[in-house]
Amino acid sequence: MRHIISILLENEAGALSRVAGLFSARNYNIESLTVAPTEDPTMSRMTLVTSGSDATIEQIQKQLNKLIDVIKLTDLNEVRHIERELMLVKTRATGQLREEIKRLVDIFRGRIIDVTDTTYTIELTGSGKKLDAFLEALDSKAIIEVVRTGITGIARGENALKL
Amino acid sequence: MAEKIRGAEILLRALADEGVEFIFGYPGGAVLHIYDEIFKQEKVKHILVRHEQGATHAADGYARATGKPGVVLVTSGPGATNCVTGIATAYMDSIPMVVLTGQVPKHLIGNDAFQEVDNVGITRPCVKHNFMVESVEDLAITIKKAFHVATTGRPGPVVVDIPKDITADVAEYHYPDKIEMRSYKPVTRGHPGQIKRAVDLILSAKKPMIYSGGGVVLDDAAEQLIEFTRLLGYPITQTLMGLGAYPAEDPQNLQMLGMHGTYEANMAMHQCDVLIAIGARFDDRVTGKLEQFCPHAKIIHIDIDPASISKNVAVDIPIVGSVSNVLSEMNKLIRASGFEPLDLEKDAWWQQINKWRAIDCMRYDRNSEIIKPQYVIEELSRLTGGDAFITSDVGQHQMWAAQYYKFNKPRRWINSGGLGTMGFGVPAAMGVQLAYPDELVCCISGEASLVMCIQELSTCLQYDLPIKIISLNNRYMGMVRQWQEFFYDRRYSHSYMDALPDFVKLAESFGHVGMRVEKTADVTGALEEALGMKDRLVLMDIVTDQTENVYPMIAAGKGHNEMDLPPGVDVERELS
Repeated sequence: MRHIISILLENEAGALSRVAGLFSARNYNIESLTVAPTEDPTMSRMTLVTSGSDATIEQIQKQLNKLIDVIKLTDLNEVRHIERELMLVKTRATGQLREEIKRLVDIFRGRIIDVTDTTYTIELTGSGKKLDAFLEALDSKAIIEVVRTGITGIARGENALKL
Repeated sequence: MAEKIRGAEILLRALADEGVEFIFGYPGGAVLHIYDEIFKQEKVKHILVRHEQGATHAADGYARATGKPGVVLVTSGPGATNCVTGIATAYMDSIPMVVLTGQVPKHLIGNDAFQEVDNVGITRPCVKHNFMVESVEDLAITIKKAFHVATTGRPGPVVVDIPKDITADVAEYHYPDKIEMRSYKPVTRGHPGQIKRAVDLILSAKKPMIYSGGGVVLDDAAEQLIEFTRLLGYPITQTLMGLGAYPAEDPQNLQMLGMHGTYEANMAMHQCDVLIAIGARFDDRVTGKLEQFCPHAKIIHIDIDPASISKNVAVDIPIVGSVSNVLSEMNKLIRASGFEPLDLEKDAWWQQINKWRAIDCMRYDRNSEIIKPQYVIEELSRLTGGDAFITSDVGQHQMWAAQYYKFNKPRRWINSGGLGTMGFGVPAAMGVQLAYPDELVCCISGEASLVMCIQELSTCLQYDLPIKIISLNNRYMGMVRQWQEFFYDRRYSHSYMDALPDFVKLAESFGHVGMRVEKTADVTGALEEALGMKDRLVLMDIVTDQTENVYPMIAAGKGHNEMDLPPGVDVERELS
């Protein structure tokens, strides 16, 4: 099953490679991984999407916790949460495609952030599934380039991952 | 304001303040400032090895024998990469070690400079943690953190990579007494509720089994384990790493379990109804086929490392905490319950175990004229009263040492269990002998392992380390040959040791005593003679039976109840 694991870690050189190295050394999956500093510049927040059996996910959490640079982590699947991903898509935008894509972008509540005679660049945020759905809805021949940030997530309500 | 001193001096003062007695090391360009500082002080003694791998194993042996962290200092590049095997060895067996590696100056990092290697990157998967020191102001605190991380929780090796310019830069020296790290807070006290639940289950067992590992040795919890086991009267088995934590000659001890464990230990594992795992990690050499592991048992697991729990085998009652703390708490509850220990004669479970034990699964031909390796170890054990420090290399001789030497005290048995590193024995013995100059330190080896770190015989001469090397010379990589005999239809591919040196002359050329023993009748006398040379290193080249195999054996992928016993032992007949 797919799990979203949120991690607070020391903002140290090499902390990211410790996490990435752990996953390759122990043969765990990484679907996506995002990391950036938090409001406290000594800490980074990482969101990692992985999948595996319950036993594997338990091991992943334990092994992550064992890394000295990891301060705290939570499996967002265990709480009510929101997930978001940002995607930039560059498409062909000529002829009747121009109007068609504009309509699709409106339906998905995306924004066209760059326009040329022949292309659009579209910004879209949402859950991973929503972004997948948008790409499916687009004519695949129209797609020039897709960039996705990977999933980031946060617990709903009072629940929070902090010190 | 305190005086500003160079990084190299800060490092040496920090090591002295940390109570470091010995640094095992080898100099080179990137650490010359540090070596200059070593020259100027007397608190920390430097031991010059002959190869950096030897430094790591020596520090490791020192740590295993004393419980104190071993310290290594090497230069950048090849100095650091030569340490990797020794670091991985310590990591697999959770040995506290601090490895200081030189690095090229900061402004050259990433330029493919002379003797530059990404040492933090290379060692990352085989250390508990590693650091690159960024500035001289961080040096002392980083050393403090390194020792803190290496020695607490589940111990392990920590690497500190120090760019050369930092050892020349100056700063004030402040060494903290204590350190707090928000991201590292190992749990040592077991959860009282879990301990209570576990004790209830333990006391209700009909066919209990205690399975203890290296964690008991590392935590110096032998006393608590002995009390626990005796209060209950339950059978106990130990892993390769756990030997000595419970006296070998105690009647409750079923000896080692696993691939080359005893018949009684493995059968008791297979049939037990409650398994109490203490500081052990369910290694594949212990469990055999996981689907067949302890099929009837509820499992309790005490371990300081949460990641060890339910990693290979799902457990029913996990307890995260130090073995000494949890066992002390359990012992209080057991004493308060008024539990009567099992009677080793009358109890039905013990009667079953005693039948298994009567098979005598470790018998061998004691009348052989060709020297049987088991006999050498048994004689060594008898002559030393099971009280010597024994290091070993890896292979058949290691298993025979584990099986036939009666370890009655913890920290006496020093071997590379997890990584299985050939070449470990001699340098490890150096570390032990330095820590205990007046004790008897023996290295049980084989002719294949022995030559892997043979250069350290020079170190032994330089520092007067009178270790006794007992090399069981069967002219084969014995364990490889055994697997080829069993599983590859006797195709002995490259397991034959051709063109061996004359080990007597080799020992003599290094300035030591060499002995060659070829007859069973000479073994005891030769051992007595060697052990009697208290101030000399003796290398005993003992010519043993080439075809001897290690029994009992559970083939890889088989269960505990599927053991191969020595030829001629018919369990069905003997049990009926």
